[in-house]
Amino acid sequence: MPQSLTTLKETPSQTGGPYVHIGLTPNFCGITGVWATDLGTAMVNRKTKGERITITGRVFDGLEAPIRDCVVEIWQADAGGLYPSPSETRGAADPNFTGWGRCPADGETGEFHFETIKPGRVPFPDGRLQAPHISLWIVARGINLGLNTRLYFGDEAKANAEDPILARIEHRDRLKTLIAEKKGSTYTFDVHLQGPKETVFFDI
Amino acid sequence: MKPPAASNTAPETGAFFARDRLWHPQALTPGYKTSVLRSPQKAPISFGNTLSEITGPVFGHGILGELDNDLIHNFAKPGEAAIGPRIIVHGRVLDERAKPAPGVLIEFWQANAGGRYRHKKEGYLAALDPNFGGCGRTISADDGSYSFRTIKPGPYPWPNGVNDWRPAHIHFSIFGSGFAQRLITQMYFEGDPLIPLCPIVRTINDPAAIEQLTAPLDMAATIPMDATAYKFDIVLRGRRSTLFENRLEGN
Repeated sequence: MPQSLTTLKETPSQTGGPYVHIGLTPNFCGITGVWATDLGTAMVNRKTKGERITITGRVFDGLEAPIRDCVVEIWQADAGGLYPSPSETRGAADPNFTGWGRCPADGETGEFHFETIKPGRVPFPDGRLQAPHISLWIVARGINLGLNTRLYFGDEAKANAEDPILARIEHRDRLKTLIAEKKGSTYTFDVHLQGPKETVFFDI
Repeated sequence: MKPPAASNTAPETGAFFARDRLWHPQALTPGYKTSVLRSPQKAPISFGNTLSEITGPVFGHGILGELDNDLIHNFAKPGEAAIGPRIIVHGRVLDERAKPAPGVLIEFWQANAGGRYRHKKEGYLAALDPNFGGCGRTISADDGSYSFRTIKPGPYPWPNGVNDWRPAHIHFSIFGSGFAQRLITQMYFEGDPLIPLCPIVRTINDPAAIEQLTAPLDMAATIPMDATAYKFDIVLRGRRSTLFENRLEGN
């Protein structure tokens, strides 16, 4: 027998369930006094560089009903295209930007909101530039493995046209499911879990 | 260049191993009814990691309060404590290469000893415990270890089939060093007869994967006359080494 490989299996996922807020956003669901604020509620401060934007949207189920018990997390580069992460080796990101946000859907409307800045472009491994984008991770009751997708910006048509990830999508009419349209300083990004409008999800 | 992180290990910059999506539950698992309308029907599009997946947020120990990892006391009135069997949950966070994962934010939440959650959507008739909130968090140490105190949660019925019960469990949310490692899961307790009956457990196909979520009683970690202990190791996705560099970092 040869030596065994010392690789382990990833811990399998389970749904976040209906009470995911207790763990991720306890203050949001009325469990106050354990810690002062819910993590991920503030991504920017007064000194953050870049164009201030709002991201909003809803996640819809297979009957086009908004999901009111999901939690959305986002991760993005700063205005200069750098990530505030130790794995970012190209330079120091804006110290006044967290890059990461977490928002529970509104219990009545299902809307999520992020106050952030528009990210800069980040290179693909081969050096080409990706279009500005925000990574999303969505969990909820009924979702067995957190869903990964990306938000691209409707006013970045030229960059979107040369984005290497968007180029991977065979059915070109599905690209629009990843594009947030701009109105004022707000980009709206609705996610559809099923049906003809089903959002493109990624296996990353 | 960014100054090195507050650690003597080099930052992880490699891409993650492909996720074994057959080891995880599938999206559509009709035995768990809510998944039927919440499961994408089209195949996800796969691509190799870019910086957007390789990088991830960092949480320093500075965010932690003294009682964040003590669910027995972090919601209790001064001098009081949550009701239920006192336990310690401990383990290590590793990656698929069996390397310890330090600095990992772990958040956990659970029902009280009667199986009741503190949440407005919760309708089970079991009583709330005024001294139990049900949330906690910690950050793994340099060797990947973590621990917290809590009470053993109770099993509870839930509206799925006519008579479905959740085995006792604790929910875990885990951040690795890259956003592509983001994971939510549940820990079960060794010997619970409800485990094989549960439609949510049964979203997982491989019995070995269910065993990976089942924490054994760990007598060596108990505190005599205080608390029993359960061991729950967590494995996050591993990264490829950056082989194009002359020196292999940490492999």
